[in-house]
Amino acid sequence: MSEGLNRLTIAEARRLLSAREISAHELTRACLDRIAALEPSLNAFVTVCEREALEQADAADRRLAAGGAPALCGIPLAIKDIFATRGVRTTCASRILADFVPAYDATVIARLRSEGAVFLGKTNMDEFAMGSSTENSAFGPTPNPYNRERVAGGSSGGSAAAVAAAECLGALGTDTGGSIREPAAFCGVVGLKPTYSRVSRYGVIAYASSLDQVGPFAKCVTDAAIMLRVLAGIDPRDATCTARPVPDYEQALGAGVKGLRIGVPHEFFVEGMQPEVEAAVRGALDHYRSLGAETVAVSLPHTGYAIACYYLIATAEASANLARYDGVRYGLRGAAGDLLALYCRSRAAGFGAEVKRRIMLGTFALSAGYYDAYYLKAQKVRTLIRADFERAFAQCDVIVAPTAPTTAFRIGEKIADPLQMYLSDIFTISVNLAGLPAMVLPCGYDGDGLPIGLQLIAPAFGEQRMLQVADALERSGRVERREPAI
Amino acid sequence: MGGSSRITRDQVRHVAALARLSFTAEEEKRLELELSAILSYVEKLNELDTASIEPTAQVGEAGTPFRDDQVTNQPDPEAMLANAPAREGRFFRVPRIIE
Repeated sequence: MSEGLNRLTIAEARRLLSAREISAHELTRACLDRIAALEPSLNAFVTVCEREALEQADAADRRLAAGGAPALCGIPLAIKDIFATRGVRTTCASRILADFVPAYDATVIARLRSEGAVFLGKTNMDEFAMGSSTENSAFGPTPNPYNRERVAGGSSGGSAAAVAAAECLGALGTDTGGSIREPAAFCGVVGLKPTYSRVSRYGVIAYASSLDQVGPFAKCVTDAAIMLRVLAGIDPRDATCTARPVPDYEQALGAGVKGLRIGVPHEFFVEGMQPEVEAAVRGALDHYRSLGAETVAVSLPHTGYAIACYYLIATAEASANLARYDGVRYGLRGAAGDLLALYCRSRAAGFGAEVKRRIMLGTFALSAGYYDAYYLKAQKVRTLIRADFERAFAQCDVIVAPTAPTTAFRIGEKIADPLQMYLSDIFTISVNLAGLPAMVLPCGYDGDGLPIGLQLIAPAFGEQRMLQVADALERSGRVERREPAI
Repeated sequence: MGGSSRITRDQVRHVAALARLSFTAEEEKRLELELSAILSYVEKLNELDTASIEPTAQVGEAGTPFRDDQVTNQPDPEAMLANAPAREGRFFRVPRIIE
């Protein structure tokens, strides 16, 4: 009976659940069966919560039977292991938090819980969200569902892979420099990074606080719109969270792109990018023109400085945020006779190599004598990057660009060279520095069958227009989504 | 800035002490090379004249809102101590800090 229900979209499942044609229990069972069949070899999950998920599904069935249940009632979701979940181990894929069980829920978790969503478990990621491949996890890498020798992308690789492999109907991620968009592109799913401050970050383990933002992974654009509406909104526990009202994002869908101006930044089509990626993005642009949009050339002249700017600002913020892991109140503690040694041994044993590297870089950039030359300089360049987008959006409604220069790279290919790994974020990072919303949807496949993601970027709080443009491409049926053969 | 090595072994040790991290000699050597490579890459920012540019610290619109300084959570010492790596009664246990 529950055969194949895990492949449903949220929109389809919502209709079947409210018509009582399926139960939340059998929908959840189908996802758990799929997880049991694919894990641990897919390694998308750090923790699976079978008993809790079925209890939540039964509670959702009672609400559904009573009528008037909210949009995500009974919908099984996967949660990146960066979100605090009350009573469920939250590791951030780090040894230092391997046994940490939060006493509270992140605000977005509490919102989903009150909607009646079902939490299947916690997904794998790069440790503390630092990485572009999910290889920096204390629990091992998550392979790409389309090809096990390739990475799923990162840092939210487990969430992207879980959605692509139909282990869940949707998932939560975070995006500091591309950590939702790059894995969404590599795994052929929809991923959305909202405007900075649109979604509360209370209870989200902090990496770089001026950049971090929470967003959904989904099988289709409609599902991303449904999820975003629940996630977004003011939270007194996150002072950066905006008081702007939350629109009904689903209403934006179906309006088409006739008369819209799509900006194409030439800086995002670089030498050395995989020709199939460029061809797929240009093909999508041609298609938008055939649907009635106008494409205009725009320039983002400081794009080439974004990675350097990001790796100073993000690491500086990380060095401060990660100072709290000291082995005193929670987390791993190293054996030591004095307090200073306790700090150093706990952190040396608890953090992985990439996390230590970024703490070192950030501490250096903030240290006496180097602050102006590195950190302050990066903050000034951030102003220039932001101004680039302001000028571009005077000429267009939304920007369309590639997500990454290549499709999913090989596991192990870039892990030995941190700078090469950083460069894979070249098309996603400037969006975080400018605080803008952006999303990714599939726009084709390369010769090896690996997905290619189209990136849409909108002005601040332009999520509705962005979803409308993404939906137009999906709805036109130009890109047929191929499920991975696993 | 300048020169091929942007950060020396002594600086690696100094920064590690600031960051409360400790490394083996082998790790220090690798960090010296890796951090030097990254720093020489980020120095491309110096191509840009930013003398008249204001820095951006935040991109949010909320500013810095104030709230009343009131306790909003319920005290629950057991929950707060549940993750303690070492405890004694209702306290976190740490090595002696006062001689």
